[in-house]
Amino acid sequence: MNVPTDARYSREHEWARFDGDDVVVGITPYAADELGDVVYVELPAEGLHVDVMDEFGTVESVKAVSPLYAPVAGEVIAVNSALDGAPELVNSSPFHEGWMIRVRPDDAATAIEDLLDAEAYDAFVDELLA
Amino acid sequence: MSYSPSTDADRARMLRTIGVNSTDDLFVDIPAAHRDPTLDLPEALPEVDVLRLVRGLADQNQIPEGVASFLGAGFYRHFVPALVDQQLLRSEWYTGYTPYQAEMTQGTLQSMYEFQSLVCRLTGMEVANASLYDGATALAEAVLMCRAITRRSGVVMAGTVHPAYREVAATYTQAVDVDIRTVDGWSRSDGGVAPDVEAVAAAIDDTTSCVVLQRPDFFGWVVDPTPVVEAAERHGAKIVYVVTDPISLGLLTPPGDLGADVVAGELRALVGPPAYGGPGAGMLATRKAFIRRLPGRIAGRTTDLDGQQGFVLTLQTREQHIRRERATSNITTNQALVALGAAISISALGPGGVRSLATRSLSAAHRCAAALKDVGATVFDAAPYFHEFILHAPRGGEATVDALAAHGVFGGYPLGRVAPALDDTLLVCATDLTTRADVEALTSAWQAIHRG
Amino acid sequence: MPGRRSIVASEPLIFELASSGRPGVRPPLAQFDDVDPASVLPEGQVRESLDLPEVSEIDVMRHFVRLSQRNHSIDTAIYPLGSCTMKYNPKINEVAARLPGLLEPHPYQPETSVQGLLALIHDLEAVLGEIAGFATVTTQPAAGSQGEMVGLLCIQAWLRSRGERRATVLVPDSAHGTNPATATMTGMRVEPLGTAPDGNIDLDELDAKLNDDVAALMLTLPTTLGLFEQRILEVTRRVHAAGGQVYGDGANMNAMLGRVRPGDLGIDVMHLNLHKTFTTPHGGGGPGAGALGVQAHLAPFLPGPQIVRRDSGYALEPAGPDSVGRVHAHLGNVGNLIRGYTYIRSLGREGMREVANDAVLNANYLRARLAPHFDIPYNRICMHEVVLAGTRQRRLGVRTTDIAKRLIDYGVHPPTVYFPLIVDEALMIEPTETESIESLDQFAEALISVADEAKTAPDLLHAAPSAAPVRRLDEVTANRSPDVNWTAAD
Repeated sequence: MNVPTDARYSREHEWARFDGDDVVVGITPYAADELGDVVYVELPAEGLHVDVMDEFGTVESVKAVSPLYAPVAGEVIAVNSALDGAPELVNSSPFHEGWMIRVRPDDAATAIEDLLDAEAYDAFVDELLA
Repeated sequence: MSYSPSTDADRARMLRTIGVNSTDDLFVDIPAAHRDPTLDLPEALPEVDVLRLVRGLADQNQIPEGVASFLGAGFYRHFVPALVDQQLLRSEWYTGYTPYQAEMTQGTLQSMYEFQSLVCRLTGMEVANASLYDGATALAEAVLMCRAITRRSGVVMAGTVHPAYREVAATYTQAVDVDIRTVDGWSRSDGGVAPDVEAVAAAIDDTTSCVVLQRPDFFGWVVDPTPVVEAAERHGAKIVYVVTDPISLGLLTPPGDLGADVVAGELRALVGPPAYGGPGAGMLATRKAFIRRLPGRIAGRTTDLDGQQGFVLTLQTREQHIRRERATSNITTNQALVALGAAISISALGPGGVRSLATRSLSAAHRCAAALKDVGATVFDAAPYFHEFILHAPRGGEATVDALAAHGVFGGYPLGRVAPALDDTLLVCATDLTTRADVEALTSAWQAIHRG
Repeated sequence: MPGRRSIVASEPLIFELASSGRPGVRPPLAQFDDVDPASVLPEGQVRESLDLPEVSEIDVMRHFVRLSQRNHSIDTAIYPLGSCTMKYNPKINEVAARLPGLLEPHPYQPETSVQGLLALIHDLEAVLGEIAGFATVTTQPAAGSQGEMVGLLCIQAWLRSRGERRATVLVPDSAHGTNPATATMTGMRVEPLGTAPDGNIDLDELDAKLNDDVAALMLTLPTTLGLFEQRILEVTRRVHAAGGQVYGDGANMNAMLGRVRPGDLGIDVMHLNLHKTFTTPHGGGGPGAGALGVQAHLAPFLPGPQIVRRDSGYALEPAGPDSVGRVHAHLGNVGNLIRGYTYIRSLGREGMREVANDAVLNANYLRARLAPHFDIPYNRICMHEVVLAGTRQRRLGVRTTDIAKRLIDYGVHPPTVYFPLIVDEALMIEPTETESIESLDQFAEALISVADEAKTAPDLLHAAPSAAPVRRLDEVTANRSPDVNWTAAD
């Protein structure tokens, strides 16, 4: 599996990517595939402050629920309301239309530095699949 | 004796296949000191004998065939079409399990979907679950639902909600962050008892998660809930209506038209006589927006691989077997068979039948009240009521009930059990099954005990 | 219009059978002159329309008969759902529960007028206490999960009465989902407990997690692996030594009837599912009945009212000051208490042991017959159920779901699948004592045949079922856009 190099990754299978001053967050294709067809995504209210590893929502398939963990600390300034009517975007376009929250990081300089880069995440997933 | 079909030869064959010598070898994991206790139990009884025993117990109970009963107070007798119980005795209904394998249980799943749809039509709501244990637990779940939706902890509970329902709601919420404030919602004066819906409205504030009203309420009244609805809307509180008699929905404006966010109720009366309180079936209906907070099973309509209509349990991630400690509730087994009976009953009665039973009940109660007044009794009827009214019992409610029982009449429910201020009152109920002879028995008994 | 002959043909919705003006069942004749509702009710409180289907009596009857025929039931064939105890429901129970003297009474009629009913429930509570080894039993809970809630609330109340507050519940990872869900509803925190390779609770982990915040261990006995906890006495001793209580999930009591009383093993409180062990029918998902047994120290906290026997007869004693409160509008699912009582009196002392013996024998027979064909992760003598793993088949590209769906084509209801969660691709089989050896053989042969097909013709499994009223259903759409309430526009 080769994930985009312009994002960073958590071991909980969230991705985080800078878009201007904000960090956009979603889940990786690996997480989406493990879950199967996504049927519902529960996202927080805008304005919520999250710390790293705080649960900010859940993503559901028919028979499973997975918590979503914030990969960065900051304030949630937008959520992807398109997922309300089209949760399948998480499966079909995990890195783009299937994004979940937009976070204004507490500290932009260090926000994503502890996360895995694409190569390290790919290696991490390869290990899980082995 | 245990309904086991096995012969000793079968058992010997099975033991050989397993590779053990005796059945006892299968129980060796049980601590030896506690294995095979001597139980103090009676001997086994064949069918005839066990039925003789149980019938002996049944015969000790008085039932409406021999008594004129005016008991209601949350448990009602209405006409139920004969086909309902004939259906419920079908093996395919009553000996099936929860429809976890959809392809083998399409009958149950479709009936659940129809039940949900019928409940929505009766209540004027958008979605309903497939039932809860009873009306009281439905209220408890409604309160917990509103807490989850609003993230507020306050509950304004009208004192005109069934007392047992209020108790169950208190039990369910005692260990979590819910603060129930009960407001009488009625007042007593020399001239009678009257509703006080403004007092309920006044108790709602910005910490209120939901306000709970019953319709018709425990005292039988049908009040205009507008002040409560307005106050709830002003403060962002949810509105929960309790319905203890589903037949009332045949006549009264449905909760969905009165601002309801959640409707919690009891459906037993559609399926059969009170059965000493259970099994009933709790209904819980709400708005579409709150469907993921709705506890209990929900059936959904979908299609199969060939595009043919079919039904499944849906939104199961809400439930305990998947979400475990984060589930909307711990409920699993519900009251499916009773709910099925309710769906069949509503279908067989149709809109005309349901409305007719409601109108007959209202008429019977009002004629009964008039007959009591004719023999000198006082009815506290300043407020509009459906099929239950408050009768003044100057000798005390409990004493009057006992005295009437001695004349073969169950005269009503002593409201002093709810509040001491109502010690001298009875709640009297009449329905479509109340006969002229019943009312005559009540009025004669009333005269007899008040003579001299 | 072509006739609907086949029971597998699609059945229209009740709404689609309706026709405006079609008469339903006639309501009773009026006993009193009608009162105009508008003349006695406030303005705006009388409903204008009632949008219910108008269907003839015969069409209602046929509709629901045809729907019923699209169901599997115990009275059709074996129904081997693990953890559900789908055994034969004796018909005499239905006769008993419908006796007018038991069906008609009103909850608020004078106690003196329902002595028979009160005696029955009182005796049932005593007998259940004797069978399971508890000092006091309440039959108020409407189902097992409600019993769990009452049980945990009682434990909390007992702890409070001793000036203690504890908020952790230890729940083995093999537990039913109701256990952790109940813990949350009672305001407690769940701490999972691992299972040792031999299927027992991991005692080292238990020790490590026992502390002065642990209110209770919730334990299913036999476990959901179908195994008897071999160190049960040690487990209950250690929990008690740490000041906690042991809650027993009695869903699996069928394995123990007459052979051991859980109350004798250090279990403080336990629910019994009358709809599993004591043959009250499952009704397609209820009503059940969940009696709760407690040891004497927990009795003051039980819900009220409790039925007591006085010189003057049976009476309803209101809850005491320490009670956790009621959980049902009256006394629970009384109809099912009558069925359970009838069953217990039918079995008697002699029948109890026979139930456990044959239930356990049947499960072990299936274990022996199926062991060559399936992986069995905890393969030792089991109790009333055996848990297989479809892991061998998974390596062939076949999932447990496929096995289950293929069984349907054989006319066999699949076992419980994907539970317990700690077993990969789990198939949990509980035959119960009321299946004959021929029925067990048929079931085993169907499962073995499917296991063979997994090797030779896996596509048959992937495409299954093909002989059911419907093929596999689109659950994804059902969840993404739930259609749970029919509207005419559909």
